[in-house]
Amino acid sequence: MSGRSHSHRPNRGLQAYAALFMVFLYGPILIIPLFSFVDALYVRFPIEALTFRWYGELWRREPVIDALGNSLYVAAIVSVVSTAIGVFAAKAIARNRVPGTGAIVTFMMLPLVVPGIIFAVAILIVLNRMGVALSLYTVMAGHLVVCLPFAIWSLLPRFEGFDPSMEEASGDLGENGWWTFWRVTFPIMAPGIAASLLMTFTVSFDEFIMAFFLSGTQQTLPIFVWGQLRFPSQFPSILALSTLILAASFATVFLSLWIGRIGLPKAATGEIPK
Amino acid sequence: MTEPSDPLISIRDVSKRFGTFKAVDGVSLDIRRGEFFSLLGASGSGKTTLLRMLAGFEAVSDGRIVIDGQAMEEVPPHFRPINMVFQNYAIFPHLNVRDNIAYGLRKFRPTPAQREAMVDEMLDLIKLPGYGNRRAHELSGGQRQRVALARALILKPKVLLLDEPLGALDKQLREQMQLELRLLQQKLGITFVLVTHDQEEALTLSDRIAVMSKGAVIQVDTPTGLYERPKNRVIAGFIGNMNFFDATPSSTGSPQVDVQGLGLVAVNGRVRARSDGATTLIAIRPEKLALHSEAPVTGGVAGVVQALQYLGGRHMVHVTLAGRDTPVAVALQGGQADVTLTPAPGQPVWISWKDDAVLVLDAD
Amino acid sequence: MSGANAGTGAVISARPATAGRLSRLMFRHEVLRGYTMLAPALVIMVLAILLPFVLMIVMSFWDQVGFDFDTTPTLQNYREIAEKPIYSALLLRSLWVSGIATLATVLVCYPMAYFVAFHVHRHKMLWLIIITLPFWTSYLMRIFSWKVILGYEGVINSGLMSIGLIDAPLDFLIYSPGAVTLTLAHTWAAFALLPIYVSLEKIDRSVLEAAADLGDSPLVRFFRITLPLSMPGVIAAVFLMFIPTVGDYVTPTLVGGPDGAMIGNLLQVQFGGVNNWPMGAAIAVVMVLAIAVVGLCFLALTALFRRWAT
Ligand SMILES: Nc1ncnc2c1ncn2[C@@H]1O[C@H](COP(=O)(O)OP(=O)(O)OP(=O)(O)O)[C@@H](O)[C@H]1O
Ligand SMILES: [Mg+2]
Repeated sequence: MSGRSHSHRPNRGLQAYAALFMVFLYGPILIIPLFSFVDALYVRFPIEALTFRWYGELWRREPVIDALGNSLYVAAIVSVVSTAIGVFAAKAIARNRVPGTGAIVTFMMLPLVVPGIIFAVAILIVLNRMGVALSLYTVMAGHLVVCLPFAIWSLLPRFEGFDPSMEEASGDLGENGWWTFWRVTFPIMAPGIAASLLMTFTVSFDEFIMAFFLSGTQQTLPIFVWGQLRFPSQFPSILALSTLILAASFATVFLSLWIGRIGLPKAATGEIPK
Repeated sequence: MTEPSDPLISIRDVSKRFGTFKAVDGVSLDIRRGEFFSLLGASGSGKTTLLRMLAGFEAVSDGRIVIDGQAMEEVPPHFRPINMVFQNYAIFPHLNVRDNIAYGLRKFRPTPAQREAMVDEMLDLIKLPGYGNRRAHELSGGQRQRVALARALILKPKVLLLDEPLGALDKQLREQMQLELRLLQQKLGITFVLVTHDQEEALTLSDRIAVMSKGAVIQVDTPTGLYERPKNRVIAGFIGNMNFFDATPSSTGSPQVDVQGLGLVAVNGRVRARSDGATTLIAIRPEKLALHSEAPVTGGVAGVVQALQYLGGRHMVHVTLAGRDTPVAVALQGGQADVTLTPAPGQPVWISWKDDAVLVLDAD
Repeated sequence: MSGANAGTGAVISARPATAGRLSRLMFRHEVLRGYTMLAPALVIMVLAILLPFVLMIVMSFWDQVGFDFDTTPTLQNYREIAEKPIYSALLLRSLWVSGIATLATVLVCYPMAYFVAFHVHRHKMLWLIIITLPFWTSYLMRIFSWKVILGYEGVINSGLMSIGLIDAPLDFLIYSPGAVTLTLAHTWAAFALLPIYVSLEKIDRSVLEAAADLGDSPLVRFFRITLPLSMPGVIAAVFLMFIPTVGDYVTPTLVGGPDGAMIGNLLQVQFGGVNNWPMGAAIAVVMVLAIAVVGLCFLALTALFRRWAT
């Protein structure tokens, strides 16, 4: 192991390792944008000519636009609903002396670790037994399960760092719970809520497994992409589409992580609540 | 002491349990209209908990709280005629000073002009005119404290609760704010309930003080009352100096106790019946002891001067008595006749006291 | 208050003195208030986790008859899983592949987490965001990019051929358990990075200084102080990565080929082409049980190791 010293002296070995790690991390992902500009049907070297052709082709395809619309629709609703529910849940967990909080939090965080396919299949069975037809709404239900832990995960440290006497002061000055929420809690929590919205939006927008099992005839974007992977002739435009998705979701997640960590105590950054 | 017929706040046998732990244990108090009332006690004695039950942030586990004739059991904070200054002030960080002060006015739907006038009036009252547009983080500790005061006072509460409002301030500012608080209270005539663990603060500010320990109220009295008639050793030690003596009842039912170093002392039956042989604690203020250079006609106790302490304007003489380890402190008032000169260490002296100077304390 | 008060005092009239019955109830019972706020989340969790799980277990004892189910309880599915070698082979391979991937990822991520925790002093937040950024996004894209890289006509093969190092494409790159392991490691690295980083960041720096002061060399110090103190993070990392990857089926589908197929693929086809839902439910139950058993064994091992080490 090259990590030997905790001193402030720069450690060349470790720096080189970090650089390599970043290459391993981002290299494979950047292959996609790179080849989306290559004027060839196959992803291979040597690169002969560059083009924007694949991007242009993308917009002339109706299914792409449809799938994009579906994904945006699902992600918008899921992010708002899961954040709204997450706000109250995180508040109760952080604030109220509720017995069994630990068990409840563990329970809610389950979707973060249990293989997605298990949840997807289990929900599929329930929907089938209840006679619910698969549609974008069933996808939303699945995404809600996936997104709720993320919402709570990004909101909980906010509430833990949020002085409860602020809300008490509001109550003391004559406001009931509803008005206290809108006049005090919400404005102070706004960055956390924004972060949660962005985060859950991206997670839902990208989600594949739930959508794979739970979508009906209307496809979300990842499902559409999955379908196209079988056709080599579609490869370049899929690369272009993937590039766009990558860029958009990188930007959103970066924004959400950045907003989400502003003003948080250092220890709270990057911690996975248990 | 006569209880007024109509206390503003009446607390009856109130307890608060957190799990099995009793933070407040069977407290009964009456707080009168227009009074400056303090809750004094060591850290963890349940002051904040009691205050939070008054404000409605904690539900009472047992007992009753009545404010202005209305039972409070089921009244949430926002319906109580009470406002609070929080220990950390809880100034809303996303609002400026004006909006903080005006926060509670929403329900009363003032016109913008009324609202501005009321806020201006408050800014004048707390001597911060021109600070209206600042944010919480642009204020000093003392200024935040004033904003917290104004935010509560603008609603004209019947009672203002203050949880260690001066705890975060430095000594000089604290003393200045103590004076201002007292003047403000007198000017507005609002009932103040102050929580503090600083005896001096409680004694200088309050009309009456409730001393709390381990969740219970030990004594409720005026500052003078606490000084003159303390109930236990802790309260007796709060201010000034005090001589403590261990005493044994000489015989059951006797009006005297046998005091270590002093001999038999009359306590007029104030020692409650105890199991035989138990010691009791008595106390005498240094200024209630008289010092003589010659044996007085009746009831003097002989001793030797151990040390002399000049306290600016008066002397404190420490006298060693036979049969007692700690010397007894005697305050020499300027005009004390019997002592011609200030006594020198080693000089034999006699001390005497009047019967009513002897305080009998609760055994803890 | 002073005279200025006269005009404005009227604004503050008597406060409303009563609260509704519900708000009184809520006020008296903090626990009730807490559960009310938790209720929506709990309802969703119960409806979407607990109920489905129970139903899934129930269904695993059914039998598929055409497009319908025979609901008389039977152990048929479990018997088949126990008897036919394909199930245990795929299950074992899944556990093995994600075990290796987890091990590799934790080993690879530890130095990186260490670097960020101890050697990054400025813009730490930015570093953290950058190293975790890829994992929040584009699950499919990340796996897909490995297909593009490792493929028969992919980036590596064509690259090596175009510079003349090889004449024919290397056919072992893709469609193998190795490819699956590599892809899993890359896709899930954040789940290993974050907990390790957090546990390293939590270590009190003065403890390390004390060890140095007491004469430990940097290397000894690492093994005596840093590593043991970061073990909780490492254990969390193992769990956070191992559990979800066992069930992954997108990775094996894209880069695994027939030799790289995992239990997730088998599970997926029961709900797709094969259309035997009870069988699928049974496979899912067995998978969860297998994960639980492996997880418990791992926990027991680490506990034993700790007792032995101290
Ligand atoms: N929410 C709570 N849960 C459990 N115990 C509590 C809670 N709040 C207070 N306590 C306990 O009740 C006791 C009294 O606390 P309280 O805050 O009333 O003390 P205090 O007199 O205000 O002390 P201080 O001067 O330090 O502020 C303490 O022992 C405290 O630990
Ligand atoms: Mg307190």
